[in-house]
Amino acid sequence: MNYQRRQVLKGAGAAGAVGVAIAAGLLKPTAVYAATWNQAGFEARSVADALKAINATGAAESNQITIKAPDIAENGAVVPVEVTSSIPGTESIAIIGEKNNLPLVAQFDLMNGAEGFVSTRIKLGSTSNVRAVVKAGGKMYTAAKEVKVTIGGCGG
Amino acid sequence: MSSIKIRASMVGDVAEVKCLMNHPMETGLRKDAKTGQLVPAHFIKSVVATVGGKTVLDAQWGGGISRNPYLAFRVKGAQKGDKVTVSWEDNKGAKESAEATIG
Repeated sequence: MNYQRRQVLKGAGAAGAVGVAIAAGLLKPTAVYAATWNQAGFEARSVADALKAINATGAAESNQITIKAPDIAENGAVVPVEVTSSIPGTESIAIIGEKNNLPLVAQFDLMNGAEGFVSTRIKLGSTSNVRAVVKAGGKMYTAAKEVKVTIGGCGG
Repeated sequence: MSSIKIRASMVGDVAEVKCLMNHPMETGLRKDAKTGQLVPAHFIKSVVATVGGKTVLDAQWGGGISRNPYLAFRVKGAQKGDKVTVSWEDNKGAKESAEATIG
């Protein structure tokens, strides 16, 4: 039994190595998505730079944005976050983990009837504010909620 | 079969779409516990969803989204029977897409 298991594991390891080689050498990201992806934002190391990259510097605090996230997250690798914006004309919602090495987590552009709502799961490196930034009618609004993290989800 | 699972249903006059994707979502900052080497970045960069043929959500992601990502969104004006598609592309150019019908 054990011998067989070892063979299987070896096989899986070899296949994995080939996969990595293919991915590194042959598959190149297409230009279509690379052009729209906000590289400056996602590579920003500070909240200020991330906000700047999504044109949200000086966004107004708003109580029409609700962030639903646990007060205490036992596992920072999986923190459920739900953002609801009741600001009329919400066009996009961005989520920022303020103490993460790379603070900008995601930006969701909403259109054609999509409501001001997204729900997802994010990583938090440590206890930190989760900040939502909403674009509505060409203006930027923001709100934050603190999540205490027991085990960080970004280190190794 | 696609690795994206979609569940779409009407809640009142709003369609709620929930999806689960399979992806390691490596930030590029994590060290492998055994080798001490950085695990190369490998994450979904772009997610696009359509309902009834129209794009409703166009998302850009970084590595800060959790592994095997979950995403839910709500669409007004959609109807039972409308087709929903969700597709993603990662930083290595891999793509997945799936479709479902609002139930």
